[in-house]
Parts: sequence; C-alpha cells; structure tokens
Amino acid sequence: MSKTIKIRKGLNIKLKGEADKVLSAVDLTNGFALKPTDFHGVTPKMVVKEGDKVKAGDVVFYNKYQEEVKFCSPVSGVISEIVRGAKRRILEVRITADSEIEYAQMSKIDPKSASKEDAKAFLLASGLWPFIKTRPIDIIANPKDNPKAIFISAFDSSPLAPDYDFVLHGESENFQAGLDIITKLTDGKTHLTMNSSAQIDEVFKNAQGVVHNYINGLHPAGNVGTQIHHIDPINKGEKVWTINAIDVALIGKIVNSQRFDLTKVIAVTGSEIKAPKYYRTIIGAGVSPFLKDNVNEGDVRVISGNVLTGDKIEADGNLGYYSNQITVIPEGNNPRFSFTEGWMEPGFKKFSVSRTYFSWLTPNKKRVIDTNSNGEERAFVVTGEMEKVFPFDIYPMHLTKACMYNDLDEMENLGIYEVAPEDFALCEFVCTSKVNIQSVIREGLDEVQREIM
Amino acid sequence: MKSIEKLMRKFEPDHDGKWAKMHPVWDGFYTILFTPPLTTQKGAHIRDGVDLKRTMMMVIIALIPCLLFGMYNTGHWHYVAESGNLDLAYWDNFGGKFWYGVLKVLPLVIVSYGVGLGVEFLFAVKNQHSVAEGYLVSGMLIPLIVPADVPLWMLAIAVIFAVVIGKEVFGGTGMNIINIALTARAFLFFGYPTKMSGDKIWMSGLTDMGPRPDGFSGATALGDLATFASDDPILPSLEAFSAKYPLWDSIIGMIPGSVGETSVIAIGIGAVILLATGVASWRIMTSFVLGGLFMGFLFNLWGANPFMELSPINQIVIGGFAFGAVFMITDPVTASQTNTGKYIYGFLAGLFSILVRVLNPAYPEGVMMAILFFNIMAPLIDHYVIQANVSRRMKRLKTKTA
Repeated sequence: MSKTIKIRKGLNIKLKGEADKVLSAVDLTNGFALKPTDFHGVTPKMVVKEGDKVKAGDVVFYNKYQEEVKFCSPVSGVISEIVRGAKRRILEVRITADSEIEYAQMSKIDPKSASKEDAKAFLLASGLWPFIKTRPIDIIANPKDNPKAIFISAFDSSPLAPDYDFVLHGESENFQAGLDIITKLTDGKTHLTMNSSAQIDEVFKNAQGVVHNYINGLHPAGNVGTQIHHIDPINKGEKVWTINAIDVALIGKIVNSQRFDLTKVIAVTGSEIKAPKYYRTIIGAGVSPFLKDNVNEGDVRVISGNVLTGDKIEADGNLGYYSNQITVIPEGNNPRFSFTEGWMEPGFKKFSVSRTYFSWLTPNKKRVIDTNSNGEERAFVVTGEMEKVFPFDIYPMHLTKACMYNDLDEMENLGIYEVAPEDFALCEFVCTSKVNIQSVIREGLDEVQREIM
Repeated sequence: MKSIEKLMRKFEPDHDGKWAKMHPVWDGFYTILFTPPLTTQKGAHIRDGVDLKRTMMMVIIALIPCLLFGMYNTGHWHYVAESGNLDLAYWDNFGGKFWYGVLKVLPLVIVSYGVGLGVEFLFAVKNQHSVAEGYLVSGMLIPLIVPADVPLWMLAIAVIFAVVIGKEVFGGTGMNIINIALTARAFLFFGYPTKMSGDKIWMSGLTDMGPRPDGFSGATALGDLATFASDDPILPSLEAFSAKYPLWDSIIGMIPGSVGETSVIAIGIGAVILLATGVASWRIMTSFVLGGLFMGFLFNLWGANPFMELSPINQIVIGGFAFGAVFMITDPVTASQTNTGKYIYGFLAGLFSILVRVLNPAYPEGVMMAILFFNIMAPLIDHYVIQANVSRRMKRLKTKTA
C-alpha cells in the first residue's frame, strides 16, 4: 500500500520571505474575532449578544441549517461588536479578551476507547467540528454523513507555507490523541500523506491507526485534493472528509487538556516582512502584533493564509479560522509603463511560467511578486497551460467553463465532485486570460450543492 | 512615465460623462501603454506575468522574419517579371528589391491593421467590452498569406468580413470557430479568384506588363504541379520540376508565392520563437508536419501522376504548408483544446492539406481548406477525447458499486 506518488504536473512558485525556523513570542492584543465568512456555506445564528460575557469554549453562534455544528469563542471576554455587512449579513463577531483566559467546562472523552457516536458527539458539543471539512463541495462536514475515508495531509506545499514538521515537532501525544478521535469518524481508512522528499518528523512517522502514504513532487502535492485523487478518488455519491494536520494536533491537545485552547503556531511570511518567523498565537487573534515594526515601507497586502488561497485582511485584521500563516506582499496598484515594466519589457524580473519573459533563464531565483493582475480579464484563448499545473485526470478548462454556464450534468461528468477551489489555485495563477477560476469553481460547487446534494 | 500617464489620464472619458461610451477605446490605448493598476481581488493574490498582449506580441515577433523575407521576395519576383529572365540572380540589387517589397507589402499591413482594429474598436464601443488583442496577430497574418498584388480595397473588404463574420458574431476574441486570417483569405479566394489564383498574380506587377518572352510563366510551384493532373502539363516531368524549383530554393524561399509563406527558414525562425516561449503548441505543430509527410509518402506509393510522386519533403516545403503548420494550425482558439486532441487534430489537418492539394487541382492551396475544415472539426475531436475521460470516471464508479 505504501507506494510513493510522484507529482510531475505542478509548479513551485519561489517567493522571497520564507519563515526562519525560529519560534518567537509576541504579546497578543485583546481584540479577537470569529468570522462566519471563514466558514463557507454557514448561515450563523447568534447565541450571544453584544455585551455578553463568554468563556473560551462557549458557543458564539451555530449553523442555522445544521444546528448541531457550533462555533465557539477562542478566548474568554466580552462580545464587543457584531459587525454586519450588506443585508445584515454577519461578517465578524468581535470579542475583547480578558487578560487571563477562563475556560468553559468540557466533557471528558477517552480517545482510544470512544465509539463513533461518542467521538461525533464530543467534537460537536465542544465546538471542534468546524475543523472537519467534506468533499465534494469543500464545506464543513455534515455530521450525519458517513465518509468513505478521511484524508490528512502532513505537509503544505504552497508558496511560503509553514513547515508542519517544525510546527508540530514535539506534539506527538496531542497529534495521536487527535488522530484517535478522527479515525473513529469513518468506517473506512484514514489516510495520512507525507512528503517523501523531506525529513519527516516523528509526529507523523509514528502516527498510529492511519494508513501512511507518501507523495513527492511539485505543488499541489501537499494539497489534500491531489492526494485524494491519486490515492482513492471520490466518485459520485461518495463523501470524503479532510482535516488539516495542525488542527488534528489542536483537537488532540484539547482532548488531553480538557480546555478549549486554540493556541497554535503560525508562520509570518512574505517578501514585505522584515524578519519572517514562526509565532505562537490563538485562532482569531489580531495580526497587528506580528506586523508591528516588521513590515517594509509601502503599500502592502496582508493575507491570512498563503498567496494562492488566502483571504485579504486589513493590517489590523484578524487571523482566519483555518489559516496557519500570514503573508505580506506588496500591492501592485500602480500603473506600469509597458516598455519598462509591462508587456513589452524583456522581463528578466517578471515571473511567468510561459517563458515569454526572460525570467525563465533564472528559474531558481526567489522572487517578489505583487498583487497586480498583470493584465485585464479576457475570454479563454490560450489552451494547455492549466494542464501543466493540474495533476488531476480532469480537464480543468472544460470544467471551469461548465461551471461558468452552470451545466450540472457536464460538471458532474467532468469531475466536479473531486475538486475544491484550492485545487484550481495554480490554474488561476497561470491563466493568461486572468479569469478568477477559484471563484468560478466555488460558484459551481454551490450550484451543485443547491441542485443535487 | 508619470507625465505620459498624466497625459493619458487627461483624456480619460468620464464614466458617466458625454464620452462615457468611448471608454473602451481609451482603455484600449491606455492598456497598450500601461499595465493598468488592477490588483487581484478574489482567489490567488499573485498572478503570472504573462497576459494576452504578451502572448500575441510573441507571435508578432515570430512573424517578423517572414515579413522581412516576404518583402525581399516580392521585390525579387517583380524584377524577374520585369526582365523576363527567370534565372535572375537572387541576391543582386538587394536594396532595390527590398525597397520595392516594402512599398508593396507595407500598405497591405497598414490596411489590414487599420481596417481590422477599426472594426474591433467599433464593436468594443457598441458592446461596451474591452478591446481584445486577438486582431494584433490576425492583422499581421493576413498580409502574409495573400499575393502582394491584391488590391487594397479587396483586402479591406476581406478583413471586415473576417472580423465581423468570423469573430465578432461569435462574441469576439476567444469565441471564434474558424481562424480569422484564413477566413479573410478564403473570402478573397472565392470572392475574387482572379486575384488569388492563376499564373499572373504571384509576381508583383506581372498583370500590368505586356506579353512576356516565350516560356516565361509566373506560376507558383504548386500551380505547375497541379497541371500534372491535367492532360496538358506545363512541365514534362518531375525532373524538370526539380530543376526549376530546387529543394534548397524552396527551403530558402526563393520561389514565388504569397508574401510570407515561401521561406521555410524564416518560418522556422518563427517556429523556434513560438516553441521556445511556449506560445504555440508543439503537439499540433509536429503532428501537422508528420501528417503532411505521411500523406506525401502514401501518394508516393500510389504514384498515379508525377505530382503524387513528389517526395514528401518537397511537398511540405512548397506552398503554404510550413506557414500553416507554424502560424495557422496552432491558433489556440480554433484548434483542439485537449492535449490528446491536439495530436489527432494536427495529424489529420496535415494529412488533409496534402490530400486536397494533390487530388483537387482546382484548389492548389490545400492547406487553407484543410485547416478551415479542421477548425470546424476540432470541437468534435475534443468531444470524443473528453468523453473518454468521462467514461473513465464512470467506469471507476461502476467497479466501485459492483
């Protein structure tokens, strides 16, 4: 079973600003936020009001259409503000943290002997369920489903991604406890997929109760979608659950300590960060302490997550629920003269996969790439470019087009059940016509959920 | 650069002002000079440096050798026709020949771009979309695939027909079914056959000259070959053909023909640029050439007339085959879009190019017909390739449930 999968189609975008393997500490601010927008497809139903006091682990809101899925406060404190957007949609629940965190009472569970029902009930009641996502659709898993397998990726191959071997080093006990609970959720196998070309940490090497798989090659080798496709692809009607390895350790820690403690290590990366490093933080924390005196001059974009799939946040915004890194890159909001730094330049500095700029002569150079889209949106013209970075037996452009014109049969035939928007991040990056493919796929998946699921 | 940008901004029409409708036109010019300050909002925060303008520019760069050689070649055959001496030394009077060619070809380029881009801008204003870059390449291709003597007004009509009927009715760049440049050529070919075929038009100025010396013919290599199928061939045998058009002359391009199609070397330089930059698909290009060679070889085996006996190498260096292989068949919009489909598409189109050329002497330029035909067939090829993928997925499901 343990054969190594080699990913040849893909792309490693080499960016400046990789985090040094140093763990440092900063004082967090007391402004925390829980963002319902992090949870795609969740309609929040508030349990608390502005001014209420909560403990860490108290329910803040639940999913209106799936009441058992609860979302809990990462810290204790006072609900200071519920930020609403258009049509009174809740964007953020702001919490002012106490100086000393007080934890809510939690039920006890023995991860080794728990039954499937116990494990489910525990994760739901303690507010840990949102970490578990489901494919197809790529949303929070439906507790009533019975997944055929669970997939965990033991590394992240995206640009500037945190090194899980470093982040989880020494967390073996927590990781194993987390795995023990997670493996209970399926009658099938739980797959842990590791990067065979890296030095694998003991945390993963010694993991029990899971199938060990090995993969190597170009990004998106670390994407769980790629791994599912090559190990046990999803067919129509099947469900596969996925969970991030760092979140597994987090669940394990909470099980072991019986405290709703969402402390984790994140990487602060990007070309505009003066000293990219790892920091300990709590989910939902404000990002400003990490950026203070640490960002280069100029207009920058702060991203919660990586450059391919992350969310744009303000410099005083908050870490997203699933993010394991913060990336800061320059904004590209200035016009460029085409002969000197536009489409007619020789382009020794401009990164492109296509070899139309001379930058292909220096493929190993680490680059600074800003947020300029480098062109206007057009209809698809160039073909074959996405296939080079898309290691699936799926036609990416045809699936994207099927999503654009909402042809459900065609989407189904072309493999919509196997993909998540993040799998198309590289396609979006290389697209000459600058189409926002991830959004298109997201809308396609939403349509599938509305009409078929 | 700041001052140019300021100047451009001064002319920017207000979005709800009197000239708001003209905004796409301003955008068109602005984006030629500047990469607009557009930043990513959704999805990936960084994007590849390439855009459609860059891609199209690479094709134009790749076409420059053909254009320059075409100008010289036009001049050369003009002087040949004038002197009536088919053996005029090729590299003599270099400046004079090139200058004649410039005066002949440049107006074609200017008319093609002027009229074509004019139509593009009109549609951009009418439909309020941005001006797409597709015509930048078509505008250069069209002058290179017509005889240098084609009247400018005909060219203008052909360009309008190609852009409107070939492209804009389908929704503009990226939506067309058949190659724009070949649409223009086909329009000229069927609309004004006297200006597009025969043995008078391939040497610039020949039609206006008096009777030429005996034995002088302005036909192309293909024109001569086509007569082998008739009862009255111009050349007695294939040996005579080889003597008149030595292989190396055809490769260098020292034969009469459309402006840019004659020199295999100039086209080869373009091919290297397109393949090195990854703009054109090597799958299509190589399989097209292989298809042509294969069909040439099959005809060799058949050998019903001297044309069929022509060696496959000779087949692909004369006429528009090489130009079609590099610049026409590889047009990504009209070609097959799947990698497997590209092999099939290229091979069959190459095969049909030689097939049409040899079996139907009424259309000596089989390449145009074959490519247009396979432009239409490409979605069908893709359909079956994709169906194979779909049934693979279905099969996986069945083995699972069984």
